[in-house]
Amino acid sequence: MTLGRSLGVALVGLDGQVVNVEADIADGLPGYTLLGLPDAALSESRDRVRSALVNSQESWPNKKVTVSLSPAWLRKSGSGFDLPIAIALLAAHSQLPIDRIDGVLFLGELGLDGSLRSIRGVLPSLIAAYKSGIRIAVVPWVNRLEAQLMKEMEIIAMENLSQLLRWLRLGEREIAQELPLSIPTDDEIFDFSDVAGQRQARTAAEISAVGGHHLLLIGPPGAGKTMIAQRLPGILPPLSREQALEVTAIHSVAGGLTQRSALSSQAPFVSPHHTATRVAMVGGGAHVIRPGACSLAHRGVLFIDEAPECGPGVLDSLRQPLESGSITIARSVGSVSYPAHFILVLAANPCPCGKFTGRGRHCTCSSGQVRRYLSRLSGPLMDRIDLRVHVDSLSRVELTQTDLGESTQVIQERVRIAREVAAKRFKDFPWKMNAEIPSRALRTSFLPERSGMNFLHAALDREQITARGLHKVMRTSWSIADLAHHKVPTLADVEVAFGLREGLAS
Amino acid sequence: MHIYRARTMTSHNKSLGNFGEKVVADFIQTRGATILERNWRIKEGEIDLVALMPNDVIAFIEVKTRRSYAFGHPLESITHDKAQRLQRLALAWLVTHKCFGREYQIDCVAVLIAENGKHSIEYRANVL
Repeated sequence: MTLGRSLGVALVGLDGQVVNVEADIADGLPGYTLLGLPDAALSESRDRVRSALVNSQESWPNKKVTVSLSPAWLRKSGSGFDLPIAIALLAAHSQLPIDRIDGVLFLGELGLDGSLRSIRGVLPSLIAAYKSGIRIAVVPWVNRLEAQLMKEMEIIAMENLSQLLRWLRLGEREIAQELPLSIPTDDEIFDFSDVAGQRQARTAAEISAVGGHHLLLIGPPGAGKTMIAQRLPGILPPLSREQALEVTAIHSVAGGLTQRSALSSQAPFVSPHHTATRVAMVGGGAHVIRPGACSLAHRGVLFIDEAPECGPGVLDSLRQPLESGSITIARSVGSVSYPAHFILVLAANPCPCGKFTGRGRHCTCSSGQVRRYLSRLSGPLMDRIDLRVHVDSLSRVELTQTDLGESTQVIQERVRIAREVAAKRFKDFPWKMNAEIPSRALRTSFLPERSGMNFLHAALDREQITARGLHKVMRTSWSIADLAHHKVPTLADVEVAFGLREGLAS
Repeated sequence: MHIYRARTMTSHNKSLGNFGEKVVADFIQTRGATILERNWRIKEGEIDLVALMPNDVIAFIEVKTRRSYAFGHPLESITHDKAQRLQRLALAWLVTHKCFGREYQIDCVAVLIAENGKHSIEYRANVL
């Protein structure tokens, strides 16, 4: 037998395609040809595979070796094909029982010593393989936590090539395969009780967590904007299994599972620096399209500190994902969609010097500078932000209070209950959170109390809010009502919602 | 540059090469081939063996002789460039011998000589 086959997966975004790896060993001068649009890292596989085989006491065929990755038209990248290539070669060399590798997916990069190294995107690869009917997968030991999330498949985690070959030849495994599936909660959680004072900002964060409303925090340096934003993921309800799988898949493709546990059910918190480029924010890349910060924050919080300092267009590039909950990136290599459903939290100083607060006595900025500074946040973007809150410097009274504020646990429980109420109300509709209610449904089925509506219409007449603003206030008022256990938003709820949105304007 | 290298080759290596070529010549003659030429050398390089195979094809044979595989497989030392040069040499031989247009093939042979004097031959026919 001079022809060997095995299976691998090529990822395009989060979607994968099963790739047939075929190896042919023919007479002729010793040589190695790799076909099927490999990128640079993949073309280097020849030397890795050869050294790995030789150092695992296998022989390298000193003949004309042709390896083909089909479908040939699909561009393949990364080192994850090392292992399937090595297996196909050994099969072609008649050194492996063919029936044992039939229908088994192989993932992994090979070290020169034959060890299996971790690769990106294990989970999405497994999902793709499962969809095309593969039920057994061999993954590197390092990636086992992520791989075992795919409960429907038999996952075989191996540390090196010799171990794997022994299993393929004899059916023996050195490692006990009963892996404990525990959800570690060692992800760092900041507690809300650390935040002193800031009643209004705390309430806003809670409402934001309930309804998925975007949040803008404005205040002088050192008031606690960043503290509040960092604590927002803690009060979001834990992710469901499907959501956790989605989040892990994205982080896996981005190669970020070193910071985040693969099994974590905590909402992610992503805070790119304000010098981030548009590509870093929404994703992109010339050869492999990687997810950006907004996709990494999927099902969690995207926090941008010093938002007005962001480069032109960076914040506005978030408008499409804010609207649709996903981002489609088109490049010459193809177009890729990543989910990007996140709560946007922006923090800003009130003016360039940061001291224009309270009576603004120490502010050294001219009135023009102050006006220009916040206007860097564009109108269309601001329009999508339901909650705009001032976070003022702490007073002496607030700082000297010895009783701590509510803890994250208490708030999370309230948020969870409020979300359940909302979920029950929306069970016949395609959306799940208050911020997602379409305006049509708002006008027909989800009206606040009459007095509340009168208040809003009056504000509309006075041109204090726009029609879109009116809908936004109505959505926020539903979140407030859910928290206060009101069946329908009352006048008070609507007033609070109005104050939280338009508070800055007045 | 290749000529320089050929000139600086030690007599030891030369005799090793000659031995390998003789072994291969004997081997193909027992298979019914006729040796037409040995060590045909022009400015461009050298062809180790030219033989008329039993199926009436002219074979140009490059012989690599080694005492061990310590420096890799002997045929690995035939790079793409060297293979191309063999091709040019073959065409040059055909032209000088007025048989341009005849069917030909280029073969590469690895000869491994063990310490006890025994040798093994790995014959790769028509490698280009």
